[in-house]
Amino acid sequence: MGEVDVLALRGVDLELYAGEFTVLLGPSGSGKSTLLNILGGLDVPTDGQVFYRDLELTRASQRQLTMFRRQCVGFVFQFYNLIPSLTALENVSLVTEVAPHPMSPIDALTLVGLQDRKDHFPSQLSGGQQQRVAIARAIAKRPDVLLCDEPTGALDAATGITVLEAISRINRELGTTTAVITHNAVIGQIADRVVNMRDGCIAQDHRNLDKLAVQELRW
Amino acid sequence: MRTLQRKLLRELAQSKAQSLAIAMVIASGVAVFVMSINTLGFLRDTRDAYYDRYRFAHLFASVRRAPLSIAERVAEISGVATVQTRIVSEVTLDVPGLPEPAVGRLISLPVGNQAGLNRIHLRRGRMPDTEQAGEVLVSEAFFEANSLSLDDRIDAVLNGRQQSLRLVGVALSPEYVLQIRSGDLLPDERRFGVFWMPHRQMEAAFNMEGAFNDVTIRLLRGTREEMVIEKLDAILKPYGSVGAIGREHHLSARFLADEIKQLRATGLVAPTVFLGVAAFLLNIVLSRRIQTHRAIIATLKAFGYSNLQIAWHYMQFALIVTVSGSLVGVAAGLWMGRGLARLYTEFYRFPSFIYRPDDRVMLAAIAISLAAAMLGSWRAVRAAASLPPAEAMQPPSPPAYRRTWFERLGFDRWFPLTSRIILRGLKRRPAASLLSSLGIAFSVAVLVMTGFFSDALDHLIDFQFNVAQRHDVQVVFREVTSPRSRHDLRNLPGVNYVEPFRVVAVILRSGHRHYRTSILGLDPGRQLYRLLDTDAKPIRLAPAGLVLGDKLADILQVRPGDQVTVEVLEGEQTIWQIPVAGLAKEYSGTNAYMDRQQLSTLLKESDALSGAFLAVDPSRRLELYRQLKETPQAASVSIKSAMIQQFRDTIAANQLTMQSFTVFFAVVIAVGVVYNTARISLDERSRDLATLRVIGFTRTEVSEILLGELALLTVVAIPLGWCIGYAFCAAMVAGFESEMYRIPLIIHPTSYARAALVTLIAVVVSGLLVRRQLDRLDLVEVLKSRE
Repeated sequence: MGEVDVLALRGVDLELYAGEFTVLLGPSGSGKSTLLNILGGLDVPTDGQVFYRDLELTRASQRQLTMFRRQCVGFVFQFYNLIPSLTALENVSLVTEVAPHPMSPIDALTLVGLQDRKDHFPSQLSGGQQQRVAIARAIAKRPDVLLCDEPTGALDAATGITVLEAISRINRELGTTTAVITHNAVIGQIADRVVNMRDGCIAQDHRNLDKLAVQELRW
Repeated sequence: MRTLQRKLLRELAQSKAQSLAIAMVIASGVAVFVMSINTLGFLRDTRDAYYDRYRFAHLFASVRRAPLSIAERVAEISGVATVQTRIVSEVTLDVPGLPEPAVGRLISLPVGNQAGLNRIHLRRGRMPDTEQAGEVLVSEAFFEANSLSLDDRIDAVLNGRQQSLRLVGVALSPEYVLQIRSGDLLPDERRFGVFWMPHRQMEAAFNMEGAFNDVTIRLLRGTREEMVIEKLDAILKPYGSVGAIGREHHLSARFLADEIKQLRATGLVAPTVFLGVAAFLLNIVLSRRIQTHRAIIATLKAFGYSNLQIAWHYMQFALIVTVSGSLVGVAAGLWMGRGLARLYTEFYRFPSFIYRPDDRVMLAAIAISLAAAMLGSWRAVRAAASLPPAEAMQPPSPPAYRRTWFERLGFDRWFPLTSRIILRGLKRRPAASLLSSLGIAFSVAVLVMTGFFSDALDHLIDFQFNVAQRHDVQVVFREVTSPRSRHDLRNLPGVNYVEPFRVVAVILRSGHRHYRTSILGLDPGRQLYRLLDTDAKPIRLAPAGLVLGDKLADILQVRPGDQVTVEVLEGEQTIWQIPVAGLAKEYSGTNAYMDRQQLSTLLKESDALSGAFLAVDPSRRLELYRQLKETPQAASVSIKSAMIQQFRDTIAANQLTMQSFTVFFAVVIAVGVVYNTARISLDERSRDLATLRVIGFTRTEVSEILLGELALLTVVAIPLGWCIGYAFCAAMVAGFESEMYRIPLIIHPTSYARAALVTLIAVVVSGLLVRRQLDRLDLVEVLKSRE
């Protein structure tokens, strides 16, 4: 049996604007993760074009993609992906050591409210705390774009809210273009823009005019 | 169970490189085991059959001249089965194409040609005609080494008369599986040969009608050798016997016995190392597999598979890898064993080659490797079976890490964060890390051993032949002569310096220990034959007292200052009490030394000589050899450079084969360990490494973590391997130590460096193989899954 081609995305035409907080909504298999991976320079589409400002990601070399991720993008994953052998501070420093204009690692931790936990190893932190360290790690390089893949997927509601608060605050205070993907429609209420995806297509793309504060969310 | 089987096969296919690496290590261990044990069995059986079939004697004695009637008295000693009297004499030979004089040992063939004892095996040609003067059989080794042909003639000096020997047949004898001249380190097949001549011709040539000068005896089964020797010596003493010897003092028989002893000592070292490493590899691979299969195990359990079924499922992986490795190993071992047995057959000139590998050896090899595999995988399999289903369903909690002492001391400031990932990773699994280092260290150790052999031989040759014995030629006279012969030698062409010696056969006694050897009487102010202490400083011979070779002192358990009893086996057979004045370092032989003046006084002689060491002008070498060939009073002439050349040639041929095998196996170990360690490390860290790649680390930066870990393990492994290698070499030295020679424990720095370099290359290659897989790491895939 050979490889089977599965089309994850079809005819997607999307522009993200500077400073905007976008939520990509959709059930599993709708192609939202693939879209995020392409936006982040992790994956290249078989067809079509992707631009980050003047850089055409679809034509960039591996090295250019690596540099794009290193300098421009911050990633937050569903399962945090902290390096278990490094402390919270060190996990953040990992990024600040290679980025061109980083903030200090302790400032990044302070932004997510974890300055007191800087010397803890991941095994000594709760899930929500680990995710906030992951956010600190993502924003410490002062990225232009923050991409979050189901950041609250592995967390309970209360913890999820503290994490969303951290993301929302980064977006507000640093003006970082932020895209969060989730299957939790509630999260769309705190975004500037909600993009609904279904079967690899954009089903709906609308501005959220009644933006709620994170504290007001309930699920 | 059939679905589980399919799962197993798929997983084997998936991890084929890892499985192959383990199977290769097992195959190497099994191959070396099968080869050594089968060769050992082959050598022992072939020797025993050869000795038995050709009725190799148990006792050997020589006399000056004894009447044949004495043989009847000897036959009456209880325990004696067969007595064979003969005439044996050493003669100087002028071999066509050989500039140096050679030595031939002529042995009489009894009437009827086939002797009762020490029967010869005719390889080519025919038996000599008893009526035809000068027809002889020649030993195959000499025949081949000198590229002779049948009907060739060799000029010899028999009892002072020039005679031409005609080669009519080529023969083998159990008495000379190796043709070593007494006092030599190794056989010199070109310059020392054995010849058999009809008894009647020998009688005539050596004026021995109705007499003999050599007797060999076969004993009845269960006879105590010493009892017979005692009675035999009493009978033969009046006829000039220096005492009978058993097989353990018979040069050729002892050499072969030593070889068997060494093979037994060394044959088990390599397989133990290999199987130990294989067990360890299976352990780490299986533990890791079970770690990642937690959820699968839990699911299987939830479906109702029993602990036993699950344990068996995981054990099968180990068994398949082990059994396939063992089978390859058995095949390779049989093939190598056959090759080695053939080499031995050629080296020892056995008349026939029958290699029958023992089935039990192969079964034992497979059983041992299975046992090693079980031992290696038992813990991991038990962990799999005992995992409670509910717990196994949960992903494992993030592994706990701690800071290392390296960081607490603040050293980490100068290193990048990635170095902390490496250090903390190693620290979290100290045992596994240490074992990985140990595995690599074994590879270094095996390589150190290969270098050691040539280092030790170089040192031995340098010490023995350049520093201690500095003569070019040694001449032994037929009879003890007067000091005049010293001047005769001095007047030979090209002789720059003559250093005479007197040698006398003795038995040394101390307490209940005794040893048969000879005392070499040397002059003070010697230039050529020097005695050295352990620091290679020359020892002066005291005017009174013996200097013993260190091995001899060890056998007799005496130290300087102790008294030893010396029983002279020649002439008036006097007995003296002499103090041990000092010990000389010697790598070969078991000699005793004394001031020649003192020896003369004790022997009540006036300045008698047995022979001399000569320093020779190299440009007039050939002229001298020509003269020596025609010197009747020279019983034997040995040329040092020729002996060293022969020694090196023999050793070099054997070494090359062994070394290439060993290097191959060492590389197999290194690659097996490094590749598996790196693969497992890659599996365990793939998530971390992918994360680093996603947040902007380049491939090079990420592979630095993986390769850095290997580098660190290797840095620890190399000195460790040097130490283990040194210990192996020390064990080898002990295993090889025999009365004939000792191997010095000398390892040159270049051998250490080479061992490290070869291992490093193996590490780098395996590292790069894994790096290729790292480059193909699917970033998206890794991030999606939780573990």
